[in-house]
Amino acid sequence: MLGLNNKDFRFLLIVIALTMATPILLQPFPEGSVMAQFNAGYPDLMQRFAIFGIFAIGFNILFGLTGYLSFGHAAFLGAGSYSAVWMFKLLSMNVIPGIILAIIVSGLFALLIGYISLRRSGIYFSILTLAFAQMSFNLAYSVLTPITNGETGLQVTLNDPRILGQQVAANGNVPPTNLFGLEMGSSFKLPVGAWEFTFNAGYYFCAVIAILAFYLSLRIFRSPFGLMLRAIKTNQTRLNYTGLNSRPYTLAAFVISGMYAGLAGALLASMDPLAGAERMQWTASGEVVLMTILGGVGTMMGPVLGAGFIKYFENIFSKINENVLHQWFSWLPDGLENIVIWVAEHFVGSGWHLTSGLLFMLVVIFLPGGLVEGGQRIAAMFKRKKADDDSDDAGHHPKQSPHVAE
Amino acid sequence: MDAILLQILNGLDKGSAYALIALGLTLIFGTLGVVNFAHGALFMIGAFCAVTLQRLLSLSFETVDPTKTDFLGNPAKIKTPYIESWLGPETGAAIIDWSVPLAILFSIPIMLFVGYVMERGLIKHFYKRPHADQILVTFGLAIVLQELVKHYYGANPIPTGAPDAFKGSFDFGVVLGFDPNLIIYPYWRMVYFAFAAVIIGAVFAFLQFTTFGMVVRAGMADRETVGLLGINIDKRFTIMFGIAAAVAGLAGVMYAPINSPNYHMGMDFLVLSFVVVVVGGMGSLPGAVLAGFMLGILESFASMNWIKDILPGIDQIIIYLVAIIILLARPRGLMGRKGVMED
Amino acid sequence: MGILEVKDVGKRFGGLQALGDVNLSVQENTVHAIIGPNGAGKSTLLNCFVGKLIPDTGSVMFDGQSVLGRTPYEINQMGISRVFQTPEIFGDLDVMENMMIPCFAKRDGSFRLHAFERVNDEKELVEQAEQMLIDVNMIDKRHMNASSMSRGDKRRLEMAMCLVQEPKLLLLDEPTAGMARADTNNTIDLLKEIKEKRDITMAIIEHDMHVVFSLAERITVLAQGTPLVEDTPENIKGHPKVREAYLGEAH
Repeated sequence: MLGLNNKDFRFLLIVIALTMATPILLQPFPEGSVMAQFNAGYPDLMQRFAIFGIFAIGFNILFGLTGYLSFGHAAFLGAGSYSAVWMFKLLSMNVIPGIILAIIVSGLFALLIGYISLRRSGIYFSILTLAFAQMSFNLAYSVLTPITNGETGLQVTLNDPRILGQQVAANGNVPPTNLFGLEMGSSFKLPVGAWEFTFNAGYYFCAVIAILAFYLSLRIFRSPFGLMLRAIKTNQTRLNYTGLNSRPYTLAAFVISGMYAGLAGALLASMDPLAGAERMQWTASGEVVLMTILGGVGTMMGPVLGAGFIKYFENIFSKINENVLHQWFSWLPDGLENIVIWVAEHFVGSGWHLTSGLLFMLVVIFLPGGLVEGGQRIAAMFKRKKADDDSDDAGHHPKQSPHVAE
Repeated sequence: MDAILLQILNGLDKGSAYALIALGLTLIFGTLGVVNFAHGALFMIGAFCAVTLQRLLSLSFETVDPTKTDFLGNPAKIKTPYIESWLGPETGAAIIDWSVPLAILFSIPIMLFVGYVMERGLIKHFYKRPHADQILVTFGLAIVLQELVKHYYGANPIPTGAPDAFKGSFDFGVVLGFDPNLIIYPYWRMVYFAFAAVIIGAVFAFLQFTTFGMVVRAGMADRETVGLLGINIDKRFTIMFGIAAAVAGLAGVMYAPINSPNYHMGMDFLVLSFVVVVVGGMGSLPGAVLAGFMLGILESFASMNWIKDILPGIDQIIIYLVAIIILLARPRGLMGRKGVMED
Repeated sequence: MGILEVKDVGKRFGGLQALGDVNLSVQENTVHAIIGPNGAGKSTLLNCFVGKLIPDTGSVMFDGQSVLGRTPYEINQMGISRVFQTPEIFGDLDVMENMMIPCFAKRDGSFRLHAFERVNDEKELVEQAEQMLIDVNMIDKRHMNASSMSRGDKRRLEMAMCLVQEPKLLLLDEPTAGMARADTNNTIDLLKEIKEKRDITMAIIEHDMHVVFSLAERITVLAQGTPLVEDTPENIKGHPKVREAYLGEAH
């Protein structure tokens, strides 16, 4: 089906089902309960799951398949956001032109940067991409101010021409971003008993695009092109002596992943029509690297898991403050409570970055395969137990190669 | 002519910082084969050593002076640093005034310790891992260190003054026969440059004239052979890492008066220092120093007004631009040797 | 006219004359061995054939075209496949995937953005790859991870990857270097089998006399960067100059 084998197709169906049901699945706790703060079914958070999922899926096509570690992908995210906001200013608040332009612009930008950076590999490549991204960031802050609006960031205003759409909405504000009239911000709330589920147009729009992006990357992973990319990662010498030119392959991967980043940037702007240079900073590039390795480099599902994990905990950890901590640990004896809170304080609120940095290190040190590998290890543990139980089935399976994992 | 001289001088202090960080990066890379993205964080920790010492020395107790009142009419409170009450007001004040140079002594054991812990606790386990893993784990460490500093010292830059004796500027122009006030250069920057020159000289002398340095240089040229000689490389690696950390830390300590320390200064300098290393030639110590000064001066030239008028924004990107051109035209960098990081 | 024509090739490294005036002609459907003591310039010469080195003087013509200045992948596309001293395979991929890559390279050229086809839909190529694996007795290992195999199997796989491209010339760079006697004999048998099953031209750089005399139909002896003699194995064995320059020191 859809050019996928049965297993992949089932996998895709599961992903679609999960994505569609996200507003329900992420709202497991009743409103007003103590646990409600762990709910994640809010439109803007769910949108970020989908958008950063796309970003990470794209990054994984480059890093996961070819092993080329780019530290400059935030530049494409930023370029995508700027392009989309410009379309909102010039054409209309419909998100489609913005997204199309963003993909084109980031693709061209990636072609330029990739063409130069890919002349080197290894750590030189990482440093070159980092240098390019920092350069773009600096330029966005200084000379390119007419395009980027510098430190303030690019915003839509009432004076923008918007030649194809409304300049000013009926209520006198800037019109909202929409998809042929369907406002991205509009939501349908469904109360079920003590629960309340929010179905947001913006989220579903991002979700559909994310599914498309996922499907596309699934096809790439299974294609001869994907095979070549994996071959580049494992042995470039052999590839060259087998008659294949690795550079156009890596460049194509770089451009594709740049376009994914641009798409993610455009979606960010579509949900909230502004763009700032900080989206291009190395910290943003670092974040997508973290998402990808946390989930599992080179696996299909890993980057999506990683993106969701990071964005969810960013949200939760940022919300926790001293009062919340006191509530949680009030059952401890006073002295101990203070110590625990003193330690915990480092990691919550604005300390989230510390937590993510630590997470980064822990994953690289202990779980280079990320969450997916962790899951597989746990699954294997259970399987082994089972195998031990029915003892006559002592496994004589030949060692299978780890195919691109699910 | 005077303008050119001024820009060269202006570039020296930043160039010194680049050179010192790049030197440490190269030492670590050349001997341990590790790409250390946390090296900028060491520079930052050095700067915050200066901040910390200044704060420690300025710790004060309050006394009430009944003869004076503050603007609300209450008796005025006077803060007296402990150190002034212990050693007398004059000596105490002088020590506080000289806290940045004193921080050199304060920071060396701290930096050596930080370097030791980092190498033994983390880096050691990554000698055999791919460079991408090394980059990632040290990148994570850099974030952790910078966020910890942010947690305790806040997000704002902390002004940390040089001793009064070095405030003000020296008029170079007069010495060289130009009109006064054409080429003025802050005293502290001269100190910084001299300090950097001494450190660089010391590192080179250490490598050149000691047995330890000889082994290290041999190791940089060919790691495997030295390993085969049965020389205990591991211990030397740890020491080398400690030295590199100390060099970065000292660069940071002395830089505090030039640029008020903030938590993200490490990353700002790291990216540029890596560019410096690459331009100088991965694994080449003289290359790192040369490229550091060269790029510092180039950056300073690019920020001249008439150049900015012709090429707007060039001051922001000149270093990256040069790096990109050099990497493409001369992949090994200015002084890189064959066989070092050839992929 | 041979398929590979080497004329007056010379190469210097600084003060060292690695190759001087090498003339060599590899005829179609023969196994041509290039032997010589260590440092005779064998590997340098081979690297000049595959685009890794460019000689300072002379010409290397393959199938009527010069290979000089071309990259390794271009030269492979011309019809030269190479087996390395230590097997170069795609360690992270399984055996079948390893085999598919040369099949694609043979059919699609050095680059094609086939991002939406599926590897397993290429029935014809899959069949070719499987047939090749059957020929080298590896079909039962087709789902094995390449890096987890024994050295001998890796060598076998590498040869299969080269052969499936049906190269006009197969270059072997000391295919038995560092191998135990048993493995060496296996490799010789494999090469003999290959030779029997198909018409193929091979050039072997080799140190091991046993391998050379079991396989080669023509032998060129290289000493200090220049060819000493070129002849049949029988004649080489008895050649006084060769004994003096090479065999004398080896035995």
